[in-house]
Amino acid sequence: MSNDSHHKENFLQKYIFSVDHKIIGLQYGITSLLFLLFGFCLMMVMRWQLAYPETPVPIVGGLLGETGILMPEIYNMLGAMHGTIMIFLGIVPLAVGAFGNYIVPLQIGAPDMAFPKLNAASYWSYFVGGVIMLTSFFMPEGAARSGWTSYPPLSIFETGQTMWLIGMVFLITSSLLGSMNFIVTIVQLRAPGMTWFKLPFFVWAQFVTAFLLVLAFPPLEAAAFLQLMDRVASTSFFLPSGLVYSGATVDVYGSGSPLLWQHLFWFLAHPEVYVLILPAMGIVGEVIANNTRKPLWGYKTLVYSIVFLGFMSFIVWAHHMFLTGMGQAMSAFFQTTTMIISIPSVAILTAFFISLWGASIRFTTPMLFALAFLPMFGIGGLTGLPLGVGASDIHLHDTYYVIGHFHYVVAPGTIFGLFAGIYYWFPKMTGRKMSEALGKLHFWPSFIFMNGIFMPMFIQGLAGVSRRLYDGGQLYAHAQDVLQWNEFMSISAFCLAAAQIPFIINVFVSMFNGEKVDRNPWGATTVEWSAPSPPVPHANFEGDVEVYRGPYEYSVPGAEKDFSPQTEK
Amino acid sequence: MQIPYTIEERPDTGLNNSKLGIWVFLASEIMLFGGLFSAYVFLRMAAPAGDFAYWGSKLSIPMATVNTLVLISSSVTMIMSWVSLKMKDFEKYKMYMGLTLLCASIFLVIKYFEYTGKFHHGIYPSSSTFMGIYFTLTGLHGLHIIGGMIVMGYFWLPAGYKMWTSEPEHFTNRIEVVGLYWHFVDLVWIFLFPILYLL
Repeated sequence: MSNDSHHKENFLQKYIFSVDHKIIGLQYGITSLLFLLFGFCLMMVMRWQLAYPETPVPIVGGLLGETGILMPEIYNMLGAMHGTIMIFLGIVPLAVGAFGNYIVPLQIGAPDMAFPKLNAASYWSYFVGGVIMLTSFFMPEGAARSGWTSYPPLSIFETGQTMWLIGMVFLITSSLLGSMNFIVTIVQLRAPGMTWFKLPFFVWAQFVTAFLLVLAFPPLEAAAFLQLMDRVASTSFFLPSGLVYSGATVDVYGSGSPLLWQHLFWFLAHPEVYVLILPAMGIVGEVIANNTRKPLWGYKTLVYSIVFLGFMSFIVWAHHMFLTGMGQAMSAFFQTTTMIISIPSVAILTAFFISLWGASIRFTTPMLFALAFLPMFGIGGLTGLPLGVGASDIHLHDTYYVIGHFHYVVAPGTIFGLFAGIYYWFPKMTGRKMSEALGKLHFWPSFIFMNGIFMPMFIQGLAGVSRRLYDGGQLYAHAQDVLQWNEFMSISAFCLAAAQIPFIINVFVSMFNGEKVDRNPWGATTVEWSAPSPPVPHANFEGDVEVYRGPYEYSVPGAEKDFSPQTEK
Repeated sequence: MQIPYTIEERPDTGLNNSKLGIWVFLASEIMLFGGLFSAYVFLRMAAPAGDFAYWGSKLSIPMATVNTLVLISSSVTMIMSWVSLKMKDFEKYKMYMGLTLLCASIFLVIKYFEYTGKFHHGIYPSSSTFMGIYFTLTGLHGLHIIGGMIVMGYFWLPAGYKMWTSEPEHFTNRIEVVGLYWHFVDLVWIFLFPILYLL
């Protein structure tokens, strides 16, 4: 290992092919934020079509063909790629790749990740996967069109799916390399004195997330190989005998099962939901403790809850499949486990709410986002209960209600958590604070328009409007009473896009002209704040780190200041 | 800057980084092959009665038996090469590692004849669900063999000697880690052999 900090690095070594976890974290952060923006743009094109069907799309209409009208094939493409990009190229890389990489080694007092080269390989594998996903739009047959869930038999016959599968193999490899690295780093590289129950909640969240990624992603990789075989080598793992497609019997051996894909897919994709939410919960925990100036309530309860949550997330997957006819016994089992998994989620949310009680809260921008996370995730979680019970799921399955439910968890939930993290750790990464005024200008409109987009989805879904309809349900009698919400939701989405402009300006302006701060501007206790801002390249800290205290010793009676850092005796 | 516990063990966990890393990696590999084995069970249950057994009877048990023995021998020579390094005998290491590579190549050659034999008789992955899962499982296993051979080959070439002379302990750890991976690949075959050839 020649990670010698003495030798001079040129630009390429320092910023592009770096093995420093901080640079890799930033690479992940920038790339994933761009993908988030791109995925959001895809959605805005779709929302235009839903609000104003059959009218030419403004600005980007020229890309969609001569008429500028969004055609159904492209609508399906945008839908599938919106899901794929937001989850696999946007939120997971931002939550795990960026924040995990940058913050975890700092919070445990380590000089870097355990395997710096593997870390770089993980980013570049992600990058290649992203490029493959993007180029699939420009292939003659276009991008994948079978939804992010890629259910067969449709996905076996639809065009564009092969590129999607190859891209996924790279993305899965990337997250495997990354999460292995996190587990080893957290187990092995904790600074002296940093015992398990002195770890900040964020590190625990990343630790559980890494286990979910290591153990849940490989079955999807297996499933991707099988689907690739079905498409390329004409096997029939997912095709039953006597299947008729486009009026002709499909000429394959048969005796496969589309349900097999659903089982393998959801075995990944349910833990994936917790991969999306746990890092955000970790960030919210840090921000709440810091801005309430008191210890996080029930730290051990929180830790046990996420460990239990991680374990349970492996045995709830078939609640996505109540309508597949897999049988009563299976449904009963998965209903029960689904109800059980809501307990630790509620415990976590309750602990956060109790943490607020009796605090003199600092309403900084990160705190606003963290506070908004609580009710938004609450709505997302509670609306999930009717979906977890077989009887009510029959009515709600595949409607806009489902879309509303998981977007409340992921968009105003996770993404608000991630925004809180960006505002909170920006001073550590750059040595400058982000503007509070622009931050509030970002927060309030985002908060209002997020709800403007997703709340009406519950109304439409309860009325029975199906998801993935190109015209938003124009042809269905039962949808007529709720169709007017489409325009409202779309305008909210466009306004939400406008609300991100202050954020983009804030990032660039603050990077160069923000208020200069010292190493601990928020008066925080965790170890990362004892490093310089930005931390020392390839070493993080100036000297040896030793940990003496728990992670959230705020307002300790008798102490001179209202925070007692972990590194101070 | 040196990452701590790259070579020496961390006292409270009793592990060095790469050993823990390879075990976590193997856990993910178990989930990968576990997913495929479950798919095998699922498909076998969904297939018409006797379908899997009929197509399975077309595979050559003698060839697979030889391959099983070859892979088990390679695991033994793999351990011997690591032990040789522990006893500071680089020449012996080179011989045993060479033998391991030889066994791996023999395995692939036999597999090649098995595959082409099937193709000659007009049997392809699309011929039946059993053949599909057979080619997928053994193909993925074969890729794991090739991956292992690339790493072992690298440590067998002069690059290995260079590292041995500069950082002998680090090099020994690497061979141990490669060995753990190799035993896993061997173990996967031990499961593949009965479910594909014998059942």
